[in-house]
Amino acid sequence: MKRRDVLLAAVALLVIWQAAAMIVNLPILPQPLEVLRVFFRELRRGDMLIHFAVSLWRVTAGMVLSVFVAAPAGLAIGGSKRLDRFFSPFIYLLYPIPKVVLVPVVILFLGIGDTAKIAILFLILFFQILVLVRDQASGLAPQLIQSLRSLGAGRRALFRFIYLPASLPAILTALRQSIGTAVAVLYITELSATKYGLGYYIYYKGSTLLDYPAMYAGVIAMSLLGLGMYFSVDWLERKWCKWKFVS
Amino acid sequence: MINIRSIGFAYSNLSPLFKNFSLEISRGETWAILGPSGCGKTTLLYLLAGLRFPIAGSIEIDGERLTRPRPHSGLILQDYGLLPWSTVRENVELGLRVRKFYGDDGKHAPINFQPENSEAYWLERLGIDTIADKYPAQISGGQRQRTAIARTLALEPDLLLMDEPFSSLDEVTREDLQSLTLSLCAEKQLTLIVVTHAIEEAVVLGKRILLLDEVPTRTAKVFENPAAGTEGHRGSKDYQELCNLLRREMQHETA
Repeated sequence: MKRRDVLLAAVALLVIWQAAAMIVNLPILPQPLEVLRVFFRELRRGDMLIHFAVSLWRVTAGMVLSVFVAAPAGLAIGGSKRLDRFFSPFIYLLYPIPKVVLVPVVILFLGIGDTAKIAILFLILFFQILVLVRDQASGLAPQLIQSLRSLGAGRRALFRFIYLPASLPAILTALRQSIGTAVAVLYITELSATKYGLGYYIYYKGSTLLDYPAMYAGVIAMSLLGLGMYFSVDWLERKWCKWKFVS
Repeated sequence: MINIRSIGFAYSNLSPLFKNFSLEISRGETWAILGPSGCGKTTLLYLLAGLRFPIAGSIEIDGERLTRPRPHSGLILQDYGLLPWSTVRENVELGLRVRKFYGDDGKHAPINFQPENSEAYWLERLGIDTIADKYPAQISGGQRQRTAIARTLALEPDLLLMDEPFSSLDEVTREDLQSLTLSLCAEKQLTLIVVTHAIEEAVVLGKRILLLDEVPTRTAKVFENPAAGTEGHRGSKDYQELCNLLRREMQHETA
């Protein structure tokens, strides 16, 4: 995808927003220029940057934690038929459960602090990464494995030279697929029991202060958070998986 | 060098491929294992590579019973087995990196292994130095096979095992790589065992040709082909006659 196309799509969305705001002509849908003005004002003088940083910390912690737990687990399960036979029925049952319904349960167990919020994000991302990495590892061409074994590789070298690099695209794909859900769940978890985070900011500005331009500025900040993470994963993929982009 | 002693082998729930099968292969010989699909030729190669194990009997190489892949054996597979995420150079270095990963433990790598030639030598020797920074997806089938050969030879094996190595290549590239393989084997005094289903390839490469035509294989049906690898052998009268003989043998068995 070309950068120019992305930029054009962003401009088109702003134009649609502007048109909708002019047609609706109500305070609940301010014009984009007004929202952008408030957005930059809040960044400079308000506390939006703190809320942004808190949300970024929570979602990054959830992502990093899930990668560091789910990726090795997926590699181990995908690389061993015995482990796969044992764990697959559990994964089969747990994977389809919408993890967001576990929010109250996690809060009951872990309290209302950051730990619960990070744990929920971890739960959502964990299964996505686990399943994709497991499938990638178990679907590797046997010839590739035999070929490396013939070069003297045992289990450890197979993981280092085959399973890990082969699963890297799967990890990044899982992250990319989960970013939207993760940011959405982050919003839900920040609606209550906190005074920081973009979810809280949006809700507080919109529902309590009825400051709609600031509320939309919060929505823009949350969108930028998701978009930034999406672009970061894309950047990492281009840096670490160069072979996927050669022609 | 290789002593196959009364081996039996069967995949689970399938009829046996080998029963009480024995064969001796001497150092420096070039062998071709020929036969139709499903006759067990690739299985025999995997048994010799230490990637599969007989359910009866034993395989010894240099007097040692084979219980795992041997550091002095090199295996080249039909689809090259190159890592798609590594460049040609990284693929050539792969075996050396695996050896560094374990150190000279005598199990994954020979003790005191000091390669005579660097990876740069093999890149140049195989004519792939100009594409060293390209990925396997960016190069031709012939170049991929050259990369696989360089990767294997960089480990300085004494036994080279090849599974249908040139079957997916065009005729010119195939003949070029067949000649290159024979000259490298002669130069490095390697024992070569090539599995193929192509009669012509077997006659070009193997000074001795093992025909596997009935399952389970019990006896080694070996055809002598002393002129293999000599200049002008391809297309000669002896070559044609042996090709015709092998064709008749294979047709007779499948009839």
